[in-house]
Amino acid sequence: MDVRVRSPVEVCSVLRDAVIGIPRYLSYYSFAPLYETFFRELGFQVRLSPPSNTDILDAGVRETVNDACIPIKIFHGHVAAIKDRVDFLFVPRLAGAKMHYTVCPKFLGLPDMVRGSISDLPDIIAPRLPMGRDGLQGLRSLYRTGVRLTGRRVQAMRALHNARRALGRRINQIQQGGLEALGFDQPRDADLTVALIGYPYMLYDTLASGGILGQLRALGVRVVTPEMVSTREMRRHARAYPENLFWYYSNRSLWAGMHYMTSGLADGIIHVTAFGCGPDAMVNKLLELESARYGAPFMAITVDEHTGDVGLRTRVEAFVDMLRWQAARKEGLT
Amino acid sequence: MKVSYAHMGTSVMAVNALARTLDYEIVPPTPPTESTLTLGVRHSPEFACIPFKIVLGTYIESLERGARLLVSGGGRGPCRAGYYGEMHRRILLDLGYEHEMLFFWPPLRSPLDFYRKLRTFKGAASWPRVYRALRLTWEKLMALDDLEIRSHRVRPLERCPGDTTRAFRRALGLVDAAETVEETKKARSGGLELLDSVPVYTGDPDDLVKIGVIGEIYVQLEPFANFRLEERLGELGAWVQRSIFLTNFARTDILQRGDQGVAKTAAPYLPENVGGHGQSSVGEIIQYAERGFDGVIQLAPFACIPEIVAKSIVPRLSREYNIPVMTLFIDEQTGEGGIQTRLEAFVDLLRARRRGRKDVDDAALSGS
Repeated sequence: MDVRVRSPVEVCSVLRDAVIGIPRYLSYYSFAPLYETFFRELGFQVRLSPPSNTDILDAGVRETVNDACIPIKIFHGHVAAIKDRVDFLFVPRLAGAKMHYTVCPKFLGLPDMVRGSISDLPDIIAPRLPMGRDGLQGLRSLYRTGVRLTGRRVQAMRALHNARRALGRRINQIQQGGLEALGFDQPRDADLTVALIGYPYMLYDTLASGGILGQLRALGVRVVTPEMVSTREMRRHARAYPENLFWYYSNRSLWAGMHYMTSGLADGIIHVTAFGCGPDAMVNKLLELESARYGAPFMAITVDEHTGDVGLRTRVEAFVDMLRWQAARKEGLT
Repeated sequence: MKVSYAHMGTSVMAVNALARTLDYEIVPPTPPTESTLTLGVRHSPEFACIPFKIVLGTYIESLERGARLLVSGGGRGPCRAGYYGEMHRRILLDLGYEHEMLFFWPPLRSPLDFYRKLRTFKGAASWPRVYRALRLTWEKLMALDDLEIRSHRVRPLERCPGDTTRAFRRALGLVDAAETVEETKKARSGGLELLDSVPVYTGDPDDLVKIGVIGEIYVQLEPFANFRLEERLGELGAWVQRSIFLTNFARTDILQRGDQGVAKTAAPYLPENVGGHGQSSVGEIIQYAERGFDGVIQLAPFACIPEIVAKSIVPRLSREYNIPVMTLFIDEQTGEGGIQTRLEAFVDLLRARRRGRKDVDDAALSGS
């Protein structure tokens, strides 16, 4: 009942090679292999929106309700960028899997926000994807979407199976290979490691992050992110931290932050957050309080639609300088 | 141990009664003021919503006055308010206040946890005593709601501006002073009489502009947060109906997961409960439109996530149901003058629409 596609079977019996549009933003950064493999295996063409750029941001700012956070605006921009070139638009509804886990309300209402804000949309495919503590839990509604679109159960099952395996492979690659597996180079002989904490759509999207990954690389700093923390470690911190934040992405940020603060695997922590992000107002304050407790160097960077990369670079440089200075002082003392 | 809690409109009277009946020494929270807000803003995360900031300010004021135990409650997401207890606790500890925080989750979602906390809270009081305390609280809540509903009907017709508000304040005093269920019942009827004695213009109440108020609970219920919106609208001659009253809130949101009827109405536009009152806001716009209201005002704190989701659906609802909706997002920068101007303009617009519709109707009648 959550899949609100109007008579998709008839549409697709004509259009065997329908084009499914996937906005290259938000949950795409977590589940890209799942989404892409699934629709390709079903026999559809997949069209991604272009990587985030200023046109997309401008369109998003124009279309979206003005109080929304930057990521939601960018997402709307991605939708506007491909909506006229696809037969279906894929806007998954991330939701809570269990009583104590859920996601930010904007993910819960994402397809409805898009429908309310942008006119002349193609049919939207909006399966409800339940998020638990460790990630996606159950893909029944994705399977149902597949069945509805193609009318073939076996094919949908196989597509889902392969899609899930593709996602699993990807997650393993990232956990073992680090940022290189995501296509970001790391400096060879880095003397510092900085933990970059934030949501995948903030860190790996060059527009949303203000290019902070590139800046850190240019400064010769190795970067680790929440995606490099194993599920086991995440669970350990989930247990150690008494109060569950209940949003999937925010919990991951918090646990990963705690991991890097307590394990000594990072010399400093940078929290990248979006202007207007509600859950991050909580995460940021918690990380700030915890970093003071553990004596971990901590900086928060808020990205908005006006963030110039010069201002960002100055702050990142100053932070890295401080870390190096601190390291040198420690060495001098011993 | 001296106990205190957040201040949310008139409900504080009922909560005072509850704590007093359970033999607590209470530090009754004072109504928030500008300095409360300033205090809250100083120590809150920038993007926390205004209820978070006002409540934090209230807590600090109460702690300064000697409170040691803070009692609050909230859901378990997806609205941020579910984490506010924990967040407040940590911020207050960081500020160096020694206190305990008792944060209640909805009873039916985590019954065991609720029971444990209730047992801590009741202290030495016996269960029958707790029952009597709750009974009195409930009676007070009902009386407060009835008085408020009546004041909304009387105010737009009052002859002398401010009479209703004065009578209403006096009626609240009666309820506050009541110490038993019987006294509360008496206070309620006495208060209603007070309100009915306000001199009013005679006229057809159907001619009044009818405005529905929807949105987030705290800014709806705390007059300081909404700049006494209902009073202002009433004095502009509009009959206001609010979507949230404490008694219906207690029934639908504390004991269940929101109003199922409203959720059903909202489903074609927003099938998912997005936390807070987001889905209700969508459903209630439709309900107000179907009941022939002239307009709707959506009240929400700045950066309130559920209401932002609702707001992005508002233009579509407004178009499809032909009902004007004005959204007021309130933050620490919001000024009284700005609100007053917008309300006046909105009421003017609704009047003009109403006249326009009547003219069209008259023309249709004379034409036939």
